[in-house]
Amino acid sequence: MNVALAKTTTGATLDGTFAAARGRLPGTGPVVETRQRAFDQFAVTGLPTRRVEEWKYTDLRRLLGDVAPLAGAPDQAALAEARKAVAALKDGDTQKLVLVDGVFAADLSSFSAGNGVTVHALSAVLADDTSAVRADLLLSTVNDPMLALNAAFATDGVIISVADGIDCATPLQIVHVTTKPNTAAFTRSLIRIGSKAKVTLVETFVATEAAKAYQVHDTTVMWVGDDADLQHVRVMEDAHDAASIASAIVTVGARAKFNTFSLTTGGGVSRYQSFITLAGENSELSTNSVHLLRGQQHGDCTFVIDHAKPGCLSRETFRAVLDDRAHSVFQGKISVHQIAQQTDGKMMSRALLLSDDAEIDNKPELEIFADDVQCGHGATVGALDDSLLFYLRARGLPEKEAESLLIQAFVGEALESIVNDDLRDVAIGAAERWLGTRV
Amino acid sequence: MPALLEVKNLQVRVEEREILHGLTLTVNAGEVHAIMGPNGSGKSTLSHVIAGKPGYEVTGGEILFKGEDLLEMEADERAAKGVFLAFQYPVEIPGVATMTFLRTALNAQRKARGESEFSTPDFLKKVREVAASLNIPQDMLRRGVNVGFSGGEKKRNEVLQMALFQPSLCILDEMDSGLDIDALRIASEGVNALRSSERAMVVITHYQRLLNYIVPDHVHVMSKGRVVKTGGKELALELEASGYAQYEDVAA
Amino acid sequence: MAAVQETIDQVRLIDVDQYRYGFETLIESELAPKGLSEDIVRYISAKKNEPEWMLEWRLEAYRRWLTMEEPTWARVDYPKIDFQDLHYYSAPKKKSIASLDEIDPEILKTYEKLGIPLREVAMLEGVEPQPGDVDPNRRKIAVDAVFDSVSVATTFQAELKKAGVIFMPISEAIREHPELVKQYLGTVVPTSDNFYATLNSAVFSDGSFVYIPPGVKCPMELSTYFRINERNTGQFERTLIIADKGAYVSYLEGCTAPQRDENQLHAAVVELVTLDDAEIKYSTVQNWYPGNSEGKGGIYNFVTKRGDCRGNNSKISWTQVETGSAITWKYPSCILRGDNSRGEFYSIAISNGYQQVDSGTKMIHLGNNTTSRIISKGIAAGKSQNTYRGLVTAHRKAKNARNFTACDSLLIGDQCGAHTVPYIEAKNSSALFEHEATTSKISEDVLFYCVQRGLSQEEAVGLVVNGFVKDVLQQLPMEFAVEAQKLISISLEGSVG
Repeated sequence: MNVALAKTTTGATLDGTFAAARGRLPGTGPVVETRQRAFDQFAVTGLPTRRVEEWKYTDLRRLLGDVAPLAGAPDQAALAEARKAVAALKDGDTQKLVLVDGVFAADLSSFSAGNGVTVHALSAVLADDTSAVRADLLLSTVNDPMLALNAAFATDGVIISVADGIDCATPLQIVHVTTKPNTAAFTRSLIRIGSKAKVTLVETFVATEAAKAYQVHDTTVMWVGDDADLQHVRVMEDAHDAASIASAIVTVGARAKFNTFSLTTGGGVSRYQSFITLAGENSELSTNSVHLLRGQQHGDCTFVIDHAKPGCLSRETFRAVLDDRAHSVFQGKISVHQIAQQTDGKMMSRALLLSDDAEIDNKPELEIFADDVQCGHGATVGALDDSLLFYLRARGLPEKEAESLLIQAFVGEALESIVNDDLRDVAIGAAERWLGTRV
Repeated sequence: MPALLEVKNLQVRVEEREILHGLTLTVNAGEVHAIMGPNGSGKSTLSHVIAGKPGYEVTGGEILFKGEDLLEMEADERAAKGVFLAFQYPVEIPGVATMTFLRTALNAQRKARGESEFSTPDFLKKVREVAASLNIPQDMLRRGVNVGFSGGEKKRNEVLQMALFQPSLCILDEMDSGLDIDALRIASEGVNALRSSERAMVVITHYQRLLNYIVPDHVHVMSKGRVVKTGGKELALELEASGYAQYEDVAA
Repeated sequence: MAAVQETIDQVRLIDVDQYRYGFETLIESELAPKGLSEDIVRYISAKKNEPEWMLEWRLEAYRRWLTMEEPTWARVDYPKIDFQDLHYYSAPKKKSIASLDEIDPEILKTYEKLGIPLREVAMLEGVEPQPGDVDPNRRKIAVDAVFDSVSVATTFQAELKKAGVIFMPISEAIREHPELVKQYLGTVVPTSDNFYATLNSAVFSDGSFVYIPPGVKCPMELSTYFRINERNTGQFERTLIIADKGAYVSYLEGCTAPQRDENQLHAAVVELVTLDDAEIKYSTVQNWYPGNSEGKGGIYNFVTKRGDCRGNNSKISWTQVETGSAITWKYPSCILRGDNSRGEFYSIAISNGYQQVDSGTKMIHLGNNTTSRIISKGIAAGKSQNTYRGLVTAHRKAKNARNFTACDSLLIGDQCGAHTVPYIEAKNSSALFEHEATTSKISEDVLFYCVQRGLSQEEAVGLVVNGFVKDVLQQLPMEFAVEAQKLISISLEGSVG
């Protein structure tokens, strides 16, 4: 399955490669057809350029150039390296599901079945000819070229199902480990949270030392049942020469709670795009995203919140701290359907530019078809406040320490949104690592 | 033994405009000096330059603190040496809890002086004591620095820091602005409790009112960037009666 | 809820059928044949007695236009325009007039019906100087009236001339001041700028030209009234205003059209240039025919307006009250090129019936210490769609750029949409941008409070809407503010009374 994907400009040249790989990707019959349709959909635009409005500020054709060859299944040596990387994680007590180079590694996972939680490998289900719905696992409700590419090439992932009413005390964690340089992994995971269930889900992205210039293409599809509660934490500390293109498609039921946090300090080019539909009445959504970027890093955080039912509340917070020549993008869209009366949607984006060469592009968008709503967004851009800095220095804090304190305060609100103490500490730890390496 | 603070013939510019035209002032340990003057006379500029605020260009003269050249030091180094400026308008710092701020600042100063850092229990105990004496409730300490504080609360927070850091020179910049009588009394009592033979205070004010509470040893009148008259505490009363107009000519 | 529902029903019933400027003037017109070709461009140029360079400029734009495609990014939806099914030139037959008396009385009547005084005397008689108003001249407004494709009258020419101000139809300026026109035309909105601006460059027929010499504060408000009368006619006016060093001018623009079942195209270009220390204040009240209650007819308003703060310390301020047109596609923008320059955009956009508005601004910070301010108020009622689209950008070398943006939307009824699409780009750390946007409906509590205090439901809504748009209305010159306020009432009739 180690297929070299040719350099592509429009996707047309990827065509032959896909045709060659198609037969070896997991799944037959309807799965193959679905993959082909997804690929055709991708090929319409190819890697998106700035001319594709949704990708205006993240021109993948320029930033990524091409899609790297598929990583292929890890060998024993790679698994051994990956095991070390997983062991080094300090994420407290979690049930780990490990994907190495895009393939589920049961041996590295620490998941105990039972208690209302089931886990399957996506590859196994796709290959199961008796499953009537297997091809549907690759479908998505969102039309996006990179989501389509992911569906076409997805090699593996995990399918997690939490039964109704289960309170999952130990967080579930999906760990992505990359071991091979100059390769791409395409993963796709699906998580169903039953009604009244309570779950904390962590997504972690790491690489072994050998992995350089790799690409992570990930999709997570989540359903949060009625009255359920999903706490989601995502920390991305991939290598600075790596690319990470990840999507989340979330459907939230009635009276449910979905609280998602994402921290990006890694990746040379990264985009985390989240499409969240509030599909039941009176649900609560909170999204908190932090970019801590430096060097030449390009980070894109895109959130599309769809208020499809009345009485839901959404709060979006975005904070970017940018040093050197880093470039951050925040696109937030709140869309309110005609029937979604009594919607309360707010979004706030704030960027702190530490360097004259840093850049932030904000596109906070409102699309409103109902009249009884309270919606708003705010955006600010600026440098560290000189009067605050002087106050701190007049109280004895050296320059860097004063700056650090203000930066911590700046991102603090978003970090505080993480409910689980251990996971909050993980995120704070990652933020402190970033601050600690500021020169 | 050198004077605690010696300002000699200080000339300061802001964006090409000279604000201080050769100001001289000597403050010894144990003394309380009041600097009075009309708006725009350069009082606040003097306090900012002593504390090391960026944006001022010193074009002449010097400032010695315990015999050392203050102008060579960064603002945080001056703080560690014992220079404390109580701001006229203390800033709000959302997201930084007052308690965190106090501990970070105190330990940074101690570290700079080569002293050991305070242990957390000792620190908490000390803060609670001082806060209680200044009528500062505990929940104020948990909130962001000055965030949502009233004018009086902000000034009390400044005095709290003064008491905690134990600086040898306290500059109080218009401490009375925006305070009602009760708030002024509480803040002044806090300041008076800190008067000692090792510590000097420079009280900058427009009005004599504050000096009823913090009684100075020396009073200086500033006008147009210079000290134009120096006297005892009776000079403040004199000013209250006759106003600043008589000194405008002296400076010109 | 019942009370609000009632209001909404009233808005639905009445809305745009109330257009008060929908009459037609029956005069003989000279029409170019339908369609667009190089020959038509030559025809227009010849009709205007233009010099060769102007014809070349137009032809170049026309050839460019042939290679371009209509933009599709705006949130507006309309059937494809057949650009060959339009007349690109229409002029009242009586031509070359020496005084107002020679204007076709029908046209004069038209402008009287519109409430636009073309007779200078009448103008002065109509406005009583206020007590304490030391200079009654201050209230004079010089008017350039554009009827279909030609300017029919420009008033107060002599008095303006005394001040050194040039205010004339652009067709005349091309002949009389070719050096000024050549120097500035197309330098703010290049001929290749966008589909509609390029089309305009090829076929524009008339518009106003203003030049304020150095140090001159224009002695009166300047004003242009645009009127589309002829059927199946596109109106492509072109306005160019230059404020030389230290000059100041306040310019007002108003627009109306007869009520017709077909859609009519209006694609104007407005270019403003301010040199060092100059200021231009540009105000628009746009109430082109919006179509009827079924969404039939109405003007397609595709307009490119842009100002260039070319000099240091210069300022351009756009104020617009947009109540008309079936489709509005309009982004009056400022290029803040000079150091310390300032751009402002104040907008009220009201949509009702089936109107579609996609409007906003671009503030492009290039110089140092530039500031901009955007206040946008969108009100959507009926089955309309109302979008604010804006860009604020600070370039890498633009030190200390400052922007404040507030865009608020108000929805009346649940059949309409209000949308906000801002782009905020900071390319260096000295930029300080603040942006806030809200969408809400008229609070039941506020309505109840007003009604309890004795206001009718309609008065209460009117009160709230007026409060909502007050910040922007205040930016208009007084004469215009009164007109605008009336217009807002008419546009939302049923809810405002």
